[in-house]
Amino acid sequence: MIKKINFIVSGFFLLWLIIAAIPPNQNNGIKASIQRGEKVYNKVCLPCHMADGGGVPNMNPPLIQTSYVLGNKTTLISIVLHGMTDRVAIDGDYYSNNMAPHNDLTDQQIADVLTFIRNSFGNKASAVIPSEVKAIRQKN
Amino acid sequence: MKNFILMLSIVVLSSAMVQAHTTSFKDSTKTKNNPIIPDQDNAGLILPKGFGALKVTDAYGKPRHIAVTPEGYIYVKLARLYNGNGIYLLKDNNGDGRVDEGMGFGDYIGTGLALKNGYLYASSDENVYRYKLNNQHEVITPNKPEEIVYGLLNRREHESKSITLDNDGNLYVNIGAYSNSCQVQDRVPESPGMKPCPILDSAGGIWQFKVDQLHQTYGNGVHYASGLRNVVGLDWNTQTNTLFVMQHGRDQLHDNWPNLYTVQQSAELPAECMYEIHKGDNAGWPYIYYDQFQHKKILAPEYGGDGKKTAGEDAINPVIAFPGHLAPDGLLFYTGNMFPEKYKHGAFIAFHGSWNRAPLPQEGYYVVFVPFKNGKPSGEWEVFANGFAGKAPITSARNAHRPCGLAQGPDGSIYVTGDNKGAIYRIIYTGK
Repeated sequence: MIKKINFIVSGFFLLWLIIAAIPPNQNNGIKASIQRGEKVYNKVCLPCHMADGGGVPNMNPPLIQTSYVLGNKTTLISIVLHGMTDRVAIDGDYYSNNMAPHNDLTDQQIADVLTFIRNSFGNKASAVIPSEVKAIRQKN
Repeated sequence: MKNFILMLSIVVLSSAMVQAHTTSFKDSTKTKNNPIIPDQDNAGLILPKGFGALKVTDAYGKPRHIAVTPEGYIYVKLARLYNGNGIYLLKDNNGDGRVDEGMGFGDYIGTGLALKNGYLYASSDENVYRYKLNNQHEVITPNKPEEIVYGLLNRREHESKSITLDNDGNLYVNIGAYSNSCQVQDRVPESPGMKPCPILDSAGGIWQFKVDQLHQTYGNGVHYASGLRNVVGLDWNTQTNTLFVMQHGRDQLHDNWPNLYTVQQSAELPAECMYEIHKGDNAGWPYIYYDQFQHKKILAPEYGGDGKKTAGEDAINPVIAFPGHLAPDGLLFYTGNMFPEKYKHGAFIAFHGSWNRAPLPQEGYYVVFVPFKNGKPSGEWEVFANGFAGKAPITSARNAHRPCGLAQGPDGSIYVTGDNKGAIYRIIYTGK
């Protein structure tokens, strides 16, 4: 009997381990982060990058399917923290307006807004977490 | 002898007829038996009664400013190279008003373009060039332009160098300020304005150069007007013999000064201003902006303003103050005979359309008309051509046609470029 209970308990434990390994909370976590990120986006980013994330041709770059948004997270986090004043081609096009640094946002807010951007406007990419933002903020 | 004269007259006459025939065949605007027919849907434009429109082409990249020759040939300057070319000469060979043939040249991008006295003038974002034309107004040596002006500042923001010419051998070039409001940190919330603004010695104004001198730069030119943040649309008014410019007003009053301006105020302010410019004029940027509701020059928040304090006593007043952020990119004083009398000598303005009104709906994306009498506005401005961005409300800039360049054809029709999606429109008066 005890063996049976042990067996069932270990079975549940195993099941729990498997679920934990999938991170069962990740989907909910991303969802919540995206929801919080949308609020940050509407307040801070939307005036230039527009409601559809399409930006303004030649002035403010789009956030839709661009290598900057979907690619290296470090670069993306740095742009939010430090702004952007360089003349660089973004997928072949140039954009002339300077972007202000947004280092007044918390690590959580930056993680949320980038997670929102990387999972909106047709984008699908991994979440950004606050510790990643913190690491880059401390480096510079 | 009599016979000889008769023969001679016949020869002269018939050659003249051949000449006339060739001209009318090539010149779409003069083919009387084959009048230009507007597109059935007026190319998607909404126009006043009696007007029609056709799309002459949408096949040549991103056309900025435009000029039309007496033959009806079109020159356009492109914002991006198209097949390696930054300028196109476009021709309609069968007289239906639509472009059949394009000849590209000029390996540089830019905005400015003008035709005057046998030359084509075109600008990159740093230089101004000119090309000699033959008697058909075709460029003779497309790969060997003369460099008139070089070395003008291009620091990304407001980089385009728009041009116009007067009737006394002078060229006027806009050099836009590479900043929103001359803050210590551009576009950063509550960053103060630099005083004096160091940008103003070499940008944020209009410079005058000679049309026929090569290799001029700042030292050779006249600093004609200052305190203009960025001008894209400008034209020489032959009635007043003065320069008129359209300034792009500053952005982000709410984003950068949330305690002083609401989102609503920031969407409407400041005015997009038309100025009549005389040598030495100062329009006040960055220290002031024009508030079209208070009808006053208001001290900019970067310089201690609060939305009410006035300043800029030495700055000129606008001729007309339009709503904020509409982005005027083309200005044309109409001298043609095709349109009804009220349009004569009036101003057409191509508004590229706003982005800085978000989260509120965007405005602009249309061509407006302002009647003028004796060189002054004689009535309210009105939207002349609309529908470039589809149906309201407009929330996206990238999907819209965005009016930019304006030109008048030899028959008095008006050409409008849309630089975002590449269409070139021609608006004609049919009376129907």
